Amino acid sequence: MFRNPSGCAISGIISTSGRRFSGKIIVDSIAAMRERSNGLGGGFAGYGIYPEYKDYYALHIFYNDKLSKKECENFLEEHFDIINLSKIPTRKVKEITDEPLIWRYFVTPLPTKLADSQLDEREFVVKCVLRINTAIDGAYVFSSGKNMGVFKAVGYPEDVGRFYRLDEYEGYCFTAHGRYPTNTPGWWGGAHPFALLDYSVVHNGEISSYDANRRAIEMYGYKCTLLTDTEVITYIIDYLHRVRGLTLDEICHVLAAPFWSTIEGKPQEERDELEFLRYTFGSYLLNGPFSIIVGFEGGLMALNDRLKLRSMVVGQKDDMFYVASEEAAIRVVQSDLDRVWAPKGGEGVIITLKEQENLAKAG
Amino acid sequence: MNLCALNLGYRELNELVHGSEEDVVIDQCFGQRFIGSGASSKTIIINGTPGNALGAYLDGASIIVNGNAQDAVGDTMNDGKIIIYGNAGDTLGYGMRGGKIFVRGNSGYRTGIHMKEYRDKKPVIVVGGSTGSFLGEYLAGGLIIVLGLGTEEFPTGYFTGTGMHGGEIFIRSNIVPRGLPKQVTLSQASPSDIKRIEENLVEFSDLFGVSMDEILGKTFHRLMPNATNPYKQLYTEN
Repeated sequence: MFRNPSGCAISGIISTSGRRFSGKIIVDSIAAMRERSNGLGGGFAGYGIYPEYKDYYALHIFYNDKLSKKECENFLEEHFDIINLSKIPTRKVKEITDEPLIWRYFVTPLPTKLADSQLDEREFVVKCVLRINTAIDGAYVFSSGKNMGVFKAVGYPEDVGRFYRLDEYEGYCFTAHGRYPTNTPGWWGGAHPFALLDYSVVHNGEISSYDANRRAIEMYGYKCTLLTDTEVITYIIDYLHRVRGLTLDEICHVLAAPFWSTIEGKPQEERDELEFLRYTFGSYLLNGPFSIIVGFEGGLMALNDRLKLRSMVVGQKDDMFYVASEEAAIRVVQSDLDRVWAPKGGEGVIITLKEQENLAKAG
Repeated sequence: MNLCALNLGYRELNELVHGSEEDVVIDQCFGQRFIGSGASSKTIIINGTPGNALGAYLDGASIIVNGNAQDAVGDTMNDGKIIIYGNAGDTLGYGMRGGKIFVRGNSGYRTGIHMKEYRDKKPVIVVGGSTGSFLGEYLAGGLIIVLGLGTEEFPTGYFTGTGMHGGEIFIRSNIVPRGLPKQVTLSQASPSDIKRIEENLVEFSDLFGVSMDEILGKTFHRLMPNATNPYKQLYTEN
């Protein structure tokens, strides 16, 4: 019996100039940390991968069988204009077995339905996704953003990457996960990333505050159905960022709030803000060890728990930023780095496209 | 012996290293774990980024890293030497009980966590740059020196010495440490303290080409546990 060195792996790569690069690079990066996974889950999120359909929501859906597919497609037809639908292209890989039916739909909400709902478009899409995932047995929407997509399965991440032909996609940002489930089942829906709209989360760790977080977020219409803790982080980020309008920086101070003793030592203005966030959003503090990479339209964010009980390294080479659980997973795809550092516990690293920064400055 | 690690898994690589009677040079290392674990003789030179638990249970061999190391370097190391020309990750010298580790750059969180000493076994860690929070957490013995070279800021994070009940930590800085836990006492290092740790400073100076004048150019603060039995009444009178 060999020792099994545990711990999930995460990796993320982004070009801040928005230059699109092949998904092969993220597969090579995550593959360097094979020992951190055990073959029970791997996955990727790619941003900027569907430029030809960039104005449509790309729904990636797992179906257990044709019946659930039929039921789900009826629902989709009632609520959306379906511009294009197809099986997601896969390749036969002997390591990946028992795959569900995996379909992709490019959709836009039906104007009448949307008007009837009195919801804004993104809220409408969220409601529909949650509806499918809770009410249609055997159907699970695992990706629902624009110009982005999640690809995940049970297997080692490098095998999952080959299965989904990730090398054939090009994007300006990719994230990846290699799973080593410790106390929840390894199944297709439980693989990372977890995504809602364009937000996606890959996570190494264990949220010991899971149930408190779940109870808090479920008051706002979210429903945790996937038997694993990471799902709740995705919903919390969607809620705090999209619904409540917090900045990503503020979200880092909510998820990994500094200790009261640390807050006490801060200058008054910063102290007031940190205290406000802790008092107001205390239910969304994530306790327990974690490192996460959050992907979103136009950027990514990396964050460690405040005690830094998981590892994370960031590297930069020109316009490219790399985040990974281990430095080796960065070096293997870019050995010549301008800068490499380990962010502190609770210190979010937020990297956005230059074009968006310029827009923000102009606006 | 020269090894190219590029396409080798950690198991294959370590079998080759273990099997070699002579010194080993490993090129293109990308994250292979456990390199040099338990090794008692020879020198292992690594060009690249060795994986976690480098030199775990090291028992007398020397390891030199031309690059950055990852987490848990020298985990439970018993004897020997690890020299890192770049940075080290979290939990450097985890539970270490003998030997020496020298890091030219920075180290991560929980440097020297639960190091211990017994009779002639006294582990030493010298970090040239800064460390993360929880430096010397649960420290039970041994010596940690943080030089803070190249920074005017205080070179450690929060919660230094939490749970410390043995050993010594020296931090070189013109800023006085703040927020130390109750069981840690702070003093400025005396000339005799410096004398005691001097051989380690000289070794660092020689290894990395930093002058002794520079090293001794700032104040050294000395952290010690303030009782021989800090857990005396934690649970019950003992």
